[in-house]
Amino acid sequence: MTDPLIRLASLAKVYHMGDVDVHALRGATLDIAAGDFVAVMGASGSGKSTLMNILGCLDRPSSGAYRLDGRDVSGLDRSELALVRNRTIGFVFQSFNLLSRTSALENVELPLLYAGVGNRERHARAHEALQRVGLGDRVDHHPNQLSGGQQQRVAIARSLVGRPRLILADEPTGNLDTRTSVEIMVLFQELGRSGITIVLVTHEADIAEYAARVIVMRDGLVREDRRQTPRDAAATLAAWPATEPEPVAPVAGGAP
Amino acid sequence: MSPLQTLRVAIRAILRNKLRSLLTALGIIVGVGVLIAISAVGEGAKQNVSDKFASMGSNLLIVLSGSASTGGSRGGSGSMPTLTWDDLQAIQNECSAVRRAAPALRTRVSVVSDEQNWSTEVQGTTPDFFIIREWQTTSGVIFTQADTDDGTKIAMLGRTVADKIFPGMADPSGATIRIKNIPFLVGGILAKKGQNPMGQDYDDVVVVPLKAYQRFIAGGFNAYINGAILVNSYSPEATARASTQVSRLLRDRHRLVDGLDDDFSVRNLTEMVQAQVEGVETVAMLLWITAAVSLLVGGIGIMNIMLVSVTERTREIGLRMAVGATPGQILIQFMTEALTLAVVGGGLGIAMGVGSAMVLAWWLGWSVLIRPEITLLAFGVSAGVGLVFGIYPAYRASRLDPIDALRYE
Repeated sequence: MTDPLIRLASLAKVYHMGDVDVHALRGATLDIAAGDFVAVMGASGSGKSTLMNILGCLDRPSSGAYRLDGRDVSGLDRSELALVRNRTIGFVFQSFNLLSRTSALENVELPLLYAGVGNRERHARAHEALQRVGLGDRVDHHPNQLSGGQQQRVAIARSLVGRPRLILADEPTGNLDTRTSVEIMVLFQELGRSGITIVLVTHEADIAEYAARVIVMRDGLVREDRRQTPRDAAATLAAWPATEPEPVAPVAGGAP
Repeated sequence: MSPLQTLRVAIRAILRNKLRSLLTALGIIVGVGVLIAISAVGEGAKQNVSDKFASMGSNLLIVLSGSASTGGSRGGSGSMPTLTWDDLQAIQNECSAVRRAAPALRTRVSVVSDEQNWSTEVQGTTPDFFIIREWQTTSGVIFTQADTDDGTKIAMLGRTVADKIFPGMADPSGATIRIKNIPFLVGGILAKKGQNPMGQDYDDVVVVPLKAYQRFIAGGFNAYINGAILVNSYSPEATARASTQVSRLLRDRHRLVDGLDDDFSVRNLTEMVQAQVEGVETVAMLLWITAAVSLLVGGIGIMNIMLVSVTERTREIGLRMAVGATPGQILIQFMTEALTLAVVGGGLGIAMGVGSAMVLAWWLGWSVLIRPEITLLAFGVSAGVGLVFGIYPAYRASRLDPIDALRYE
């Protein structure tokens, strides 16, 4: 494997806000190998959100090159980017972004609808994805019948149902309590072991501990890039103090 | 995404706000409903008028003699016979737009059966008369050209006459009647035509062959036609042309130099039908405008609610884009929604229009006519309204930036 999954070369992004130019990225250069588990950290305004948006093909760089899976995607138009997102990338958001009044199964099926997957296969794959995140018995539940952790699991199932090479998670534990956060990290580590590349934005240092590589952004540049031995989320969960109450009440989720 | 999936998503979005969707579609429902109801009533009225005139014979011109003027007192049309048998022949042969011409000599006499007598109009003519008037028999047969030429004493009775002089007899064909004391065989009974547009009874008539009329009723051959010439043209379009041709021919034959009035008159019944139909159409036009305005308002309502819907669902749109919906797919999604709303509204409107037309027919006794092509048109118009007014909101949705949309509160 010679080519990394992601290769960014002097990536810059300038926003024009009226008369002022805001330099969100000032030439970030970065390689991410397939199967890596990367945590991106940084203060607000550091450029990490912009980086994520460009990595996720939701936005285009002002200059510099972005090769994803061996293909230059920096010059694609909106429709082509949509196709890349559909085929290659899965998203997990802080606020889950599940469709309300729509069952877990149908939420998970959404990417496959746009991929044009037929009914039978779509159902089967969505079931499989929900099983994988431990919600095989909740397929017909609507988001408002699920706890925050469960909603985020549905979102993760949705992100992986299209068999992406890359999952981008933007503060996935930001709306969850500590224990549920660790449960979610168990899931991400499992997905990482199955070969999916995971890039996770977080500002919580203890969440970043579960990643194999930590990148710190500041002023639109990669300022720190270190490898570490990831903490084992499953082991952490097993050793969780029994005195602590189980999370029961559904957390209010910001479903659209 | 397959069209079926797109439609499912659209229907679900519409049903999510049932009352709002219904109120939105109301403009279309009313517009289409009014459109259907008007066209049903308008077409019914038109049909009514043209049916009435059709009973006189279609594409019909009536040529009448001129008026006699004696010392300032003018007798009115037909009071001075000016039309000759040669005129009739010439109309028949020289006017290209004329298909048939038949004389109609008439007088009022008493007709007598064994039981009853009845004063009625007796007309002497040729078999073409029945073709021009589109008049069939309910029993017996119409006399032939040979009967006309030979002066056979056959009488065709109008339904009214038959009822008056043969009361209680369904079919008096074969019986004998006397006209001016001459026995005539009843050849047949003419189909009921009812009233003419002026309210006269068409069926109060006896028709006999021309020669027999001249010989036994008019008391001899007259060089002038004491009555009218009925002319029919090849088509409704040809009627006006036939009218001009006949006028020109007669002026020519009667040697009327420029400046002299016609000594005859040509009445164009098609024009009279058209005048009546135009009256109906003027009223209908006003209502059509009402329907169009209602549809316009309905369209604006759809646009408004679609814009609200796009705003409300900004995050949903952002999410759909993030998981791979192209701008085109988003556009089609919202277009489908607007279209579905409009078409369902159109469907309800058609049901409402047909329903109210039927109520009018039953309640006020109006004749209504629901033409399938109007229904189809109404359907098409509502779909068109959905497309036209749905395109802008859908375009707005498709242009949303997924990042902003996902962050939208």
